[in-house]
Amino acid sequence: MGMATETQFHVLAVDDSLIDRKLIEKLLKTSSYQVTTVDSGTKALEFLGLHEDDQSNPNTSSVFPNNHQEVEVNLIITDYCMPGMTGYDLLRKIKESSSLRNIPVVIMSSENVPSRINRCLEEGAEEFFLKPVRLSDVNRLKPHIMKTKLKDHVIISTDQKQENEEEDDDDESGKPVLQSQEEHQQRQQQQHQQQQQQHHHQHSNSNKRKAMEEGLSPDRTRPRYNGVTTVV
Amino acid sequence: MDLHGLQTQHDNLIQSMFYEGMLDSQFAQIQVLQDASNPNFVMEVITIFCNDAERIMLELNNYLGQQDVDFNKLNGLVHQLKGSSSSIGAQHLKLACIDLQQASEDKNKERCQQALNIIAHKYCLLRSKFRTLIQLEKAISAFATNQQLLDSKYIDGSA
Repeated sequence: MGMATETQFHVLAVDDSLIDRKLIEKLLKTSSYQVTTVDSGTKALEFLGLHEDDQSNPNTSSVFPNNHQEVEVNLIITDYCMPGMTGYDLLRKIKESSSLRNIPVVIMSSENVPSRINRCLEEGAEEFFLKPVRLSDVNRLKPHIMKTKLKDHVIISTDQKQENEEEDDDDESGKPVLQSQEEHQQRQQQQHQQQQQQHHHQHSNSNKRKAMEEGLSPDRTRPRYNGVTTVV
Repeated sequence: MDLHGLQTQHDNLIQSMFYEGMLDSQFAQIQVLQDASNPNFVMEVITIFCNDAERIMLELNNYLGQQDVDFNKLNGLVHQLKGSSSSIGAQHLKLACIDLQQASEDKNKERCQQALNIIAHKYCLLRSKFRTLIQLEKAISAFATNQQLLDSKYIDGSA
């Protein structure tokens, strides 16, 4: 397969469950990502080339054989509940590392625990997916990868602008021109959807599954956590 | 039986599992992921799931058989089984796991045992149907391959 024109992004998936690794790998490959899966946070850090001593030398580039710079990782998606190092611990270690902190991190969990979700978002996770993860979830990863790529070129951060903007849908100033129209619209749609969902938990959106599921509570409709809404 | 017959049996089996609530839409998601590049994906996932589930159920049985049951360990294991069940779309099994989780949290050994029995039962039903499903998939796959070979021979043969 020729790689000349198309950039394939590389995602590192971390999960201790074999079946979940298999599924996430397939989901990602189906969405044209290059995938590496590992079964623990420790292995993830090894793969990323981060060792304990890196913390104390933020300015030295590591010369370990497993230097992460040889293998660029564009996004990390990790399970929350793992024995040993949890997804949250992994997230923290990544955000504390000068060499890795710019890599977007997404957390997955089978449990819908608002305090847990908020904690992860506050620590810098881009998103929180409820398991089982679907293709529609994986489709939401691209903007996070692109945002990080763009940070290298554009000073203005899209996030801040979009957080402040409630009514200013027409105000295009400040949005990086490098972002494609499609992605921009997609992001706007997602933001809009999130706002709607926060008000109407039972409101149907295109991500709902068909009526084959009986007996599952409406809460199962995966609220999207990008803003912070505490549900008690 | 011809290919059409096999396919019908296959589809009916899956439909019945959905209808009974044995499977939920997550299984449908897994089916969607199967494609030409990975024609055995569903079978592979089912196999991984079954191996995993059986391992966990054995461990659960062991822990529950102890004098002093370690309910924390028990809970951890059920959590895993619940997760796997959810990931493959095994709805009945997932719900049965929730019951065991509850019993475990209440540290009620008897209820745990009952819940585990139900899990084992549900799993047996599921596995049995999965096995039939896999047999049908293999038969369909073999049939389709044979048919292709036969067709190509026929086309080459006619002059």
